[in-house]
Amino acid sequence: MTVLCGHYGSGKTNVAVNMAFDLKKQYDNVAVADLDIVNPYFRTKDSIEDFNERNIRLICSEYANSNLDIPALPQDMYAVTDDKSLKVILDIGGDDRGALALGRLAPKIIEENDYEMLMVINKFRPLTPDADSTVEVMREVEFAGGIRFTGLINNSNLGEETTAQDVLDSLAYANAVAEKSGLPVVMTSVKADLFKELEGRVDNLFPMVLQAKPIV
Amino acid sequence: MADKVLMKGNEAIAEAAIIAGCRHYFGYPITPQTEVAAYMAKKMPKIGGCFLQAESEIAAINMVYGVSSTGKRVMTSSSSPGISLKSEGLSYLAGADLPALIVNVQRGGPGLGGIQPSQSDYFQATRGGGHGDYHMIVLAPASVQEMAELTVKGFELADTYRMTSMILADGTMGQMMEPVSLDFDIKPVPEKPWATTGTKMEREHNIVNSLYLSPEKLEETNFERYEKYKYIEENEAMYEEYMVEDADIVVAAFGIAARVSKNAVNEARARGIKVGLIRPITLWPFPVAPFKKAAEHAKKFISVELSMGQMIEDVKLATDCKVPVTLCNRVGGMIPSPEQVLEAIVEADGGVK
Repeated sequence: MTVLCGHYGSGKTNVAVNMAFDLKKQYDNVAVADLDIVNPYFRTKDSIEDFNERNIRLICSEYANSNLDIPALPQDMYAVTDDKSLKVILDIGGDDRGALALGRLAPKIIEENDYEMLMVINKFRPLTPDADSTVEVMREVEFAGGIRFTGLINNSNLGEETTAQDVLDSLAYANAVAEKSGLPVVMTSVKADLFKELEGRVDNLFPMVLQAKPIV
Repeated sequence: MADKVLMKGNEAIAEAAIIAGCRHYFGYPITPQTEVAAYMAKKMPKIGGCFLQAESEIAAINMVYGVSSTGKRVMTSSSSPGISLKSEGLSYLAGADLPALIVNVQRGGPGLGGIQPSQSDYFQATRGGGHGDYHMIVLAPASVQEMAELTVKGFELADTYRMTSMILADGTMGQMMEPVSLDFDIKPVPEKPWATTGTKMEREHNIVNSLYLSPEKLEETNFERYEKYKYIEENEAMYEEYMVEDADIVVAAFGIAARVSKNAVNEARARGIKVGLIRPITLWPFPVAPFKKAAEHAKKFISVELSMGQMIEDVKLATDCKVPVTLCNRVGGMIPSPEQVLEAIVEADGGVK
């Protein structure tokens, strides 16, 4: 199981969706579980057609992306820990309030001890521009979720306008977060068109197809 | 690029307000503007400011009234139903000539409606909203960058004219993320000799009030206020023109509708249709001049809105109904597509191309 956390705007959902696509290449039973109880918009459900096409299971509140703006959890959320055949990407919402939902599953996840929990970080977000503020958010999430991070994903980006230089500029930040938290940067995720330019210059580079398209 | 940050429109408003010197925020959460309050809640305590989640929208707007009376920059934000609740307070602010910044990140209505974007509070914003004869300066951003810039502008205009400014955004503007530069030139805040800051026994005490015991005095105050409004109408209208000079067809749109429309205009131009776009940036004062000018050569206007047709009335008034104006719209949280607007342009041009 991979648990992904990150402040809204970190690009966590993009990472989750792309990781699921990647995982599906190796495993039959792949699921994305969306436990976001904070944000009513920009959910994994936006990618439902891509999931269906690839036969990836989506575990998600039926009210996500609807006009019903309530903190709801998916009715089949326990499949995440109960169905042993599933390879799961867990998408945890927003901040410490969002991580409360993770707390319900955390004891079981810890007991089974077969997980990684990754913080998706973005240097270009105003409330987490440095290692101190980022690690502070991580501690809040860990406290609310009752479970500890095992690594970091550097997803520093400025949306569609991100350049290769922006990604290179973010490496020092990611390393500073790694040093302060004592956790490794397990990958650096970039939009697919930057992959070639950065290949060989950044370790563990992960190309992504961006899910949230600009309206115009 | 390195000096840019990736922000939601709502966050851009909050950060720009702080940069503009706002240290007092009062609000009540409602989607799709909640990030304004959430950002203020995180930031204000760290910079010696005041974030207060009031017990209701009505309480929040009256707290704005209180702080504004002391001369400090102050703001509140909400979305459509919450602005309705605040409307009584907006009228009192107008009646007491108090500056403040009000943010409305609109959602679909009427009633509780939905949480998807809308522009259907145009009448409410530009005609006052609350009771009595008054106006607010209404600013309509069309990008996250403008969410920030017009927030700063809104505070400046509010202080200059002693009245409320409203940012009238739609849910898309609040929720979308774009890179933003927050490098602003902040002008000094004007003197506020009317503020209730304590007389120190050196002057007569100031009174902030909207009750007038004499109808003659109330009438005179209204006349004076409308002199001010007239000056603002003549001097503060803001707009963007896009390929209007030779246009046979002119599209009018603000906010997200303007972004959609610009794409459609480009596509129609590629097909040889002479079409342009006027994007009002201030909705009050409405930019009458560019519409009047365009009506001298344009044969048709199209008002593109996320409402049942509200700005269209101002387009007709601005053009003295000289040229036909048609409506191209989606409502209830839906957004017109560039294809839909293109279709309306092609139709106005006389058929299939």
